[in-house]
Amino acid sequence: MVDFFISPFADYIFLRRALMACMALALGCGPVGVLLVLRRMSLMGDALSHAILPGAAIGFLIGGLSLPAMGLGGFIVGFIVASLSGVISRFTILNEDASFAGFYLISLALGVLIISTQGSQVDLMHILFGTILAVDNTSLFMVTGITTFTLCILAIIYRPLLIECFDPGFLRVIGGWGGMYHFLFLVLVALNLVAAFQALGTLMALGMMMLPAVSSRLWARHVWSLFLFSSFFAVLSGYFGLLLSYHLEWPSGPSIILMAGLIYAISLFIAPFGALKRQQGRD
Amino acid sequence: MEHASPSFWNIFQKKHKVIHCEAGGPPEIEIRDLTVAYPRNTVISELTCHFNVPSLWAIVGPNGGGKSTLLRTLLGLQKPTTGKVIFRGFCPCDVAYLAQQNQLDRRFPLTVGDTIAMGLFREVGIFRRYTKEQRGKMQAALEQVGLASFAKTPLQALSGGQFQRVLFARLILQDAPVIFLDEPFTGVDTRTIADLIKLVHVWVQEKRLVIAVLHDTALVNEHFPNTLLLARQFYREGATEKVLTKTNIESMIETSQAWEAMIGEGPHG
Repeated sequence: MVDFFISPFADYIFLRRALMACMALALGCGPVGVLLVLRRMSLMGDALSHAILPGAAIGFLIGGLSLPAMGLGGFIVGFIVASLSGVISRFTILNEDASFAGFYLISLALGVLIISTQGSQVDLMHILFGTILAVDNTSLFMVTGITTFTLCILAIIYRPLLIECFDPGFLRVIGGWGGMYHFLFLVLVALNLVAAFQALGTLMALGMMMLPAVSSRLWARHVWSLFLFSSFFAVLSGYFGLLLSYHLEWPSGPSIILMAGLIYAISLFIAPFGALKRQQGRD
Repeated sequence: MEHASPSFWNIFQKKHKVIHCEAGGPPEIEIRDLTVAYPRNTVISELTCHFNVPSLWAIVGPNGGGKSTLLRTLLGLQKPTTGKVIFRGFCPCDVAYLAQQNQLDRRFPLTVGDTIAMGLFREVGIFRRYTKEQRGKMQAALEQVGLASFAKTPLQALSGGQFQRVLFARLILQDAPVIFLDEPFTGVDTRTIADLIKLVHVWVQEKRLVIAVLHDTALVNEHFPNTLLLARQFYREGATEKVLTKTNIESMIETSQAWEAMIGEGPHG
């Protein structure tokens, strides 16, 4: 038992670092993901996460495979793309989801192009699918820093942000700065995607947010308990994902996301608001 | 409709500084020569009317006739092309607004208590706890809408009528001198409508101005002393029995058919 569950982390420092990064990531992504789901903004999250790629690629050209450089680039470009697609949907006939889809395909292509022409195939794989086993101290500080920042900001703006999620018109009419909370929240989403992309790659960074969040929705009925469940599920998937990837020699990113997916599938069956329980309630 | 989707661009949208506030005089909303035009069509043209505080008004008209646009303009969310909106004796933040019910997600994981507590947001701010007195107010508001024992009930367990009662409880807690209701009785059972209308009358007795967008003219005839009939360039305002006449309603239908015909031809011409 101990051999299987604990020794890998006791023996290898890179696994320990990876585990710490996953835990930090889980604590931040859990609540952010719940809010993303509640705001019905999962598509926006998708677009943002892909838009991070070309930015990360430019960061990679300048600073090499370092998370701060790629993270900064990704954050900036992600934000530009989000605003541009907002502008486009406002001034053309296209819906926001359509212009998002357009933009993130372009960003994805552009990012892959930059990395594969300037870097190697290995670099491309690292950026697309993550290199959690190569987390160094700098990236660990960055990820934990982002998590701390996220949780602090969420604690500060919790009440108005929830009002804004539930009823944006209400907050605007009573003179609250609805726009500012929405903006801050988008910053948090982008930051957490940047943090997640070293571990999971740009393609799956959103998985750490969305899957635990949708699973938690099947377990809890209050926002605070959704946050707890979501973070807990994210921690679980991080730990078991790493464990699996160590024992079975699977790549770490997909293992983590698959664990999150497994938790979702199980929740669908046994959770109080899952598919099965609902049916029983109706009978 | 627009503000329901959390569009990225909306975060830059501020309340337009189009509402003028004046301190003196009896409290009222004055609308002077108001024209609101979107790029392709004019929705409200040269509307002039007064809403005294206190009074009870219904806004009636066909879809696309400018009812919601008017409310949005009065809320400062829509910029008029020309004309003026003047608030006398209160400021735009004294307005409470009930949006159309379908703009809210009824499966949102909040309890009834959480939802009505939003009505006190301006009082308590971001951090403060709710005082004993405020908790008392919340309970009183729930009792007023007939949901006394529902404080801990999650929103998703409520029926459409109960949900609307919750939103009315939130309005009670906002304690605003001016209240706008956008189709408050659509999709609500008759018993709830009767209860909520009683509440609206209480608000008017408490010296508030209530303006409601409504479809049901029978309801308006029975309960609303004043009506604004609005169909784009055609409008009538005043006492309900003088506004909701057969001739007025016929000319309203005529004008609305005229612009619907225009829309029909639009893509070809």
